Amino acid sequence: MNRIRGLLRFLWDFVVGDDWRIAVAVTSALLVTLVLSNNGVTSWWLLPVAVAATLTASVCGAARNRRQSA
Amino acid sequence: MTGTQIGLVASVFIACTVEAVEALTIVLAVGATRSWRSAMIGLGVALAALAAVTAALGPALTELPINVLRAVVGGLLLTFGLQWLRKAILRAGGLKALHDEEATFTEQAELALAAGTVENGLDSYAFFVSFKGSFLEGLEVVFIALTFGSNQKDVPLAAAAATAAVLVVACAGFALKAPLARVPENTLKFVVGVMLTSFGLFWGSEGVHARWPGGETALLVVIPAVALFAIATIASLRRTLSAAAAVET
Repeated sequence: MNRIRGLLRFLWDFVVGDDWRIAVAVTSALLVTLVLSNNGVTSWWLLPVAVAATLTASVCGAARNRRQSA
Repeated sequence: MTGTQIGLVASVFIACTVEAVEALTIVLAVGATRSWRSAMIGLGVALAALAAVTAALGPALTELPINVLRAVVGGLLLTFGLQWLRKAILRAGGLKALHDEEATFTEQAELALAAGTVENGLDSYAFFVSFKGSFLEGLEVVFIALTFGSNQKDVPLAAAAATAAVLVVACAGFALKAPLARVPENTLKFVVGVMLTSFGLFWGSEGVHARWPGGETALLVVIPAVALFAIATIASLRRTLSAAAAVET
């Protein structure tokens, strides 16, 4: 049981990493892009916008946490 | 060689160089302090395990329909790339310690010495530390090489770039018998983060049926745009931190 838990933990750390919100944002943005594309809407811009917003939010969050813990 | 093939080779080679430098430091530390033979056996078993993972996953990935492959792999690459980029930005902004191979080597060597006496025959500590370090760093190499290779339908080219990087680092490391502290690892990690994020953006979007203006030539704009955005984020982070420090003092 501990080994399975360890493996799952490793896979989580490997794929998702320090900030799970990045994985959620990427998945959500891909799904919305898929829906827009399938309905004939030009959607190539959506993923870059989502990535820029997510990266900024994640870095700002890390900076805020560091300041609060200092 | 096309532009995307050059991008593939450069991304895989740089990413593999970074991971190989990290694995080499661990192998050198346990080899120098405990047992070269056991460290080398650990490294050899890790390489065999990585080859098995590649042989199992490689053909399976290339069998997937191209759009499914691009959506899944693009999404994974983007998540992975953003992690690298986030860490690189935090390091450059001073919020995370810079990766230092000499410090890692010293730390690993101290742990190895503290682990007790060296056994006759196979030293299990040296074997497992060498195996674990090489396997875990190698998994990232396999992941990057397979995702780039399968998306470009050119796994052999990606594998060749990965092998070349590992060989260059291994030859340099074992010739020097010291960690490759002069490799600008933090800068390379930033470059890898930019490349993984850029290719993840492109392939992820294409996989979910969005069409980039200009097709593959859009990458020539996407890669510098991601790099500039990351540099601007670092500059903004530094400004925010120094402003906060000025208020506190």
